[in-house]
Amino acid sequence: MPEVKIRKIISCTEEIYHEGGPKADTPLRRAAVVAVIENPFAGTFAEDIQPFMDDLKPLGLEMATRLVGLLGGDPAVVEGYGKGAIIGAAGELEHGALWHAPGGYAMRDVLGGAKAIVPSSKKVGGVGARLDVPVTHIEASYVRSHFDSMEIGLNDAPRANEMVLTLVMTTGARVHNRAGGLQGGKMRGKDGLRWAEIYERLRYGLRKPIKRSAKLSRPPLARRWLWR
Amino acid sequence: MAVIANPFAGRYVEDLTPLMDIGAELGGLLGDKCVAALGISSDQAESYGKAVMVGENGELEHAAAILHPKLGAPLRKAVEKGAALVPSSKKMGGPGQVLDVPLGHKEAAYVRSHFDGIEVRLNDSPRANELLVAVAVTDSGRPLPRVGGLTHGAAEGIDGLR
Repeated sequence: MPEVKIRKIISCTEEIYHEGGPKADTPLRRAAVVAVIENPFAGTFAEDIQPFMDDLKPLGLEMATRLVGLLGGDPAVVEGYGKGAIIGAAGELEHGALWHAPGGYAMRDVLGGAKAIVPSSKKVGGVGARLDVPVTHIEASYVRSHFDSMEIGLNDAPRANEMVLTLVMTTGARVHNRAGGLQGGKMRGKDGLRWAEIYERLRYGLRKPIKRSAKLSRPPLARRWLWR
Repeated sequence: MAVIANPFAGRYVEDLTPLMDIGAELGGLLGDKCVAALGISSDQAESYGKAVMVGENGELEHAAAILHPKLGAPLRKAVEKGAALVPSSKKMGGPGQVLDVPLGHKEAAYVRSHFDGIEVRLNDSPRANELLVAVAVTDSGRPLPRVGGLTHGAAEGIDGLR
């Protein structure tokens, strides 16, 4: 398969101190690494595109490592992540889907086996197109405090035969997070959706007082049966 | 880039000294951050630029107060020397609007390979009462310069022009 031809890599970090409310003691940090690469399938319809996922693995790892570096070098500070792709006009959306595995698993590896699915967005676009990259908690997708997003885009990319690939990491909840729901913390993820301790409570007859947030995140009936 | 509250949003104030002091602080802060982001030592910086976008409740003069009186000196300190003027742009604008920051060689404004620009934009800034302040630093000129003129190597860097 073709090698990955990188035209440029962009790194950016946001430090958010407040958004009109009280100033945070520790600013929320969001970082994005964006790579502009040649789309090897541009202008053609190729049936067999999956081998390119393997070719993208080293790039994914490189970008994920750079992200941790941008946030200070300690993977433990990373609490949210997301990924995305903009495919130049001579390509198809499916080419962007090739980024799911190499981008997502690279971040999960670098973060020591994060459990939650990495949310993503993708589209076909021209030079200057912007992409809103969704962000969720790395251990439990339902953590409402960490639902976030970051906009990325470049004035000169993607050209028709290019793809813009991006990975995003954040260090915490939205700066004035107060919309309720499941909250973030240093807890263990169970299945990548909710916290392990919430499942314990559901399973062992709710002996401990249960928080409203846990009730809200109770899984559907059919699935609760499976655990018992 | 820094997004700051505009202390004079929504009113006309004659004395803009506080904005000039903010400019001095940001020149050093953002200059240092640029050099750190490039992973270079300060003497390896080759060109620079600055720009401000003013949210709708401010006036263009607020941008001028940030940029021109005091921002340059601490920025030059951050990139070591810097005999040439720091090219700049300013405008009024809203969240998501693009600001083009002009770039010029830091020692000799006529170095043609270093005439450049970088686009900045933030989806959520500047809000009506904010100012978006951008400082740009590079470690080189355009990627494949071939339109002649004064070169980086030939620049003297004494008068800031050649």
